[in-house]
Amino acid sequence: MADKSNSERVQGIGHSRKRVEDARFLQGRGNYIDDLKLPGMLYLGIVRSPYAHARIKSIQTGPAMAVPGVLAVITGETLKQFNVHNMPTLMSDTQMVLPVDTVKYQYQEVAGVLATDRYTAADGVAAVDIEYEPLPAVVDPKMALEPGSPKVRDDKPDNHIWHWEWGDEEKTNQAFDEAGVTVAEDIYIPRIHVASIETCGCVAKWDPIDKHLTLWMTTQAPHAIRTVVALVTAHLGLSEERIRVISPDIGGGFGGKVPVYPGYVIAVAASIVTGKPVKWIETRTENIAADSFARDYHIHAEVAADKDGTLTAMRINTIADHGYTDAAANPSKFPAGLFHIATGAYNFKNAFVEVDGVYTNKPPGGIAYRCSFRVTEAVHTIERMADILAHTLGMDPAEFRMKNFVQPEQFPYKSALGWEYDSGNYAAALRKAMDMIGYEDLRKEQAEKRLRGELMGIGISSFVEIVGAGPSKHFDILGLKMFDSCEIRVHPTGKAIARFGTKSQGQAHETTYAQIIAEELGIPADHIKVEEGDTDTAPYGLGTYASRSTPTAGAAAAIASRKIRDKARKIAAHLLEASEDDLVWEQGKFYVKGSPDHAKTIQEIAFAAYTNHPQGMEAGLEAVDYYDPPNLTYPFGSYICVVDIDRGTGAVKIRRFVAVDDCGVRINPMVVEGQIHGGLAMGFAPSLLEEIVYDENGNLLNPNFMDYLLPTAVETPRWEVGETVTPSPHHPFGAKGVGESATVGAPAAIANAVVDAMWHLGVHNIDIPITPPKVWKILKDHGAALEE
Amino acid sequence: MNTYHISLTVNDQKVEADVEPRMLLVHFLRESLSLTGTHIGCDTTSCGACTVHLNGKPVKSCTVLAVQANGGAVRTVEGLAQNGQLHPIQEGFHEKHGLQCGFCTPGMMMTAISLLEHNPDPTEDEIRWGISGNLCRCTGYTNIVKAIQYAAKKMHAQQDVPQTQAEMG
Repeated sequence: MADKSNSERVQGIGHSRKRVEDARFLQGRGNYIDDLKLPGMLYLGIVRSPYAHARIKSIQTGPAMAVPGVLAVITGETLKQFNVHNMPTLMSDTQMVLPVDTVKYQYQEVAGVLATDRYTAADGVAAVDIEYEPLPAVVDPKMALEPGSPKVRDDKPDNHIWHWEWGDEEKTNQAFDEAGVTVAEDIYIPRIHVASIETCGCVAKWDPIDKHLTLWMTTQAPHAIRTVVALVTAHLGLSEERIRVISPDIGGGFGGKVPVYPGYVIAVAASIVTGKPVKWIETRTENIAADSFARDYHIHAEVAADKDGTLTAMRINTIADHGYTDAAANPSKFPAGLFHIATGAYNFKNAFVEVDGVYTNKPPGGIAYRCSFRVTEAVHTIERMADILAHTLGMDPAEFRMKNFVQPEQFPYKSALGWEYDSGNYAAALRKAMDMIGYEDLRKEQAEKRLRGELMGIGISSFVEIVGAGPSKHFDILGLKMFDSCEIRVHPTGKAIARFGTKSQGQAHETTYAQIIAEELGIPADHIKVEEGDTDTAPYGLGTYASRSTPTAGAAAAIASRKIRDKARKIAAHLLEASEDDLVWEQGKFYVKGSPDHAKTIQEIAFAAYTNHPQGMEAGLEAVDYYDPPNLTYPFGSYICVVDIDRGTGAVKIRRFVAVDDCGVRINPMVVEGQIHGGLAMGFAPSLLEEIVYDENGNLLNPNFMDYLLPTAVETPRWEVGETVTPSPHHPFGAKGVGESATVGAPAAIANAVVDAMWHLGVHNIDIPITPPKVWKILKDHGAALEE
Repeated sequence: MNTYHISLTVNDQKVEADVEPRMLLVHFLRESLSLTGTHIGCDTTSCGACTVHLNGKPVKSCTVLAVQANGGAVRTVEGLAQNGQLHPIQEGFHEKHGLQCGFCTPGMMMTAISLLEHNPDPTEDEIRWGISGNLCRCTGYTNIVKAIQYAAKKMHAQQDVPQTQAEMG
């Protein structure tokens, strides 16, 4: 029988426990990277290219060195002496740390200036005199594939990086030939930037006596960084046991703090050269202009169905703009990430997906903007196509989805593109969203408004995510398998410390991981300290991104707890002089079957583990687990958005937005809801506001927050959220991960609503961001704009 | 580079320093005084992470020179809690899960306090407009609005207590 007061005390799974992180953040005591100040620390400023493509004719460092307080200028030639002017990317391409002859995108790093403070470093940056010979640039990936296009890379035959395909092309083509109805659409998902409010940065401290490097760094994956640093600097005498990476408090990550940027490497090199700590902190412009972008997929999608609306086949080909090098942050075997989740929530029999990666004179990247690898691109495509097909057939988009959903009894469900979905009830989530928003009434209102010439639209997105990478059979990054870890030590007084291979960037790991262990061991969460981010103390793990913390490290916390419970059972049997088989576990204690008063609490057992452990047993009570998930998890949900469009201005007003999410079992409902709110805002942002824009010469037009528009509280809609709970059958406590669901699912609901408002005018698609000028032009082209 | 002598109070403490005329107030607070609770999130006065109070008004301290604060009174996030007691706005952000990564939070709270000082009982729209100079990337703003509503109520209650006592007395 559940003991409610004990459950309140323990604060295990399902409690909206208030966050333990808050105390320091609320009082200005967070430890973010720029808060760190070391004695003798130097500041690194970076000189960046004004051109998208240019040959460097000369670099005059003299004027910079003449600035009082400037100590050194580091160029590509400096780094070349140590053979660290280039570095490998996660996709085994080559990225320049600093160039020795040409620059390949505007704002590329060209030189580093070391100075005694940040103002002097900025003076030094301004004083470095560089002569460039501009070269022709190519910024459109389709033009980059044309013969005669400017060539981005001198070391490659052309601008085509790779071709990747998945699925059965022949069968898919045959299904299209036999289809009752087909639809096709070009969909562009533009380049955007995560723009976490904290930019990236690091402090590198090389100790020349101990030959030890400490690297405080804004990284979502500190362990992998340590290994990569060790591998690429081995020839300089760095060795992994002498490298300590510390990821301090992180002011938002969203994927942008996964990659290694040249600035980090220059800072490390500078510290080694000078023997002093070196700090590098990006400005906002550097952050937007040079850090990894997200998306930039040019998609051509086709969907086939029977005349009654039963989906039969999907075919997608895509041109992926990777910038000047393929530095995408993907598992190594997946150059287009998990884009082949594109069949979504629907029971397709046939599908074929192909992607071509292309070089352009733009910054490298391909991180996820708060989503698992390329999943937003996939979801946006299928959810837009589902609406286009439904409208083409004259079917209600909700009815069309209900007809084609994978059904609950089909799980585990093998998709046409080979994924095994773990669990789902897609119809239940959609029905719930429809009830919450009053779908049928809204359709009536829409019909009435249409008669009056008013534009109102209702958009649905019934997304399926694929997160928690991932099973070691398929998932690795540079060979490192994508497990994650938890180590728990229970102290003699029954309190515990737990350390993880992941790294929170705001997801409240210190609060929620403790709840998992509390649930499993009955130790109150308030007495479980959680630590991550220090490679000297935490067990190895691949880090936090792609909604993987709960599916991997969260699972490891449960399994490590159960290992501890197994040992605790032996100790309890010893203390109670009973057989292990006769002991019953109830949260926080073992008791003898049939005799509930004859019990030992986990605290008593912990004390005994250090003071009175059985002969022949090791002392102590601790365990570690490296969790290799048997499968990915597949969170899902249905979102419904209602928009009103102003025919005079083209402005889209989101009147309501209902989000029903199913992320399996929720560890902390308050935190989950917060993640969904934030995810929705980051789904809304690129739908209506955000896009990184270049002119034809590769000049970046909006590298700051005046021109790259993050939503404020005013534009951001009022979210209405709901839930269904379909546990993951393979996760130790049924959770799936939730940090990114809403960012993945929301854009399609918004775009579908806008198109839904205008379909009767002949509008079939609108690319995000859906800006007033874009909508107004469409309205004008279709004779529906109001002009005074 | 010439320096100027400035004298001001920061969180009620008297501070004197010689600063370069170009030094920004935010760098003076963070680097000279080690008050690192005030953050920097952009270069264009857009994000509000650096918001502090100068002479009782919210300012973006990345766009104020330290010398402009000469003779003034600055309050930062470090000065909100008094005698170990959190300010109602801090309490609100904790109770309503108004923060995630925490980076925008100090500036957001400083703006919210000024809003409530001028408008003790704001509508949701007034709150949203009131914090529209502060960007948050994590929360989607919903719970920040709730946190500010919580603080408004709490500040009302705190003001009402002495009145009630006075009436009773």
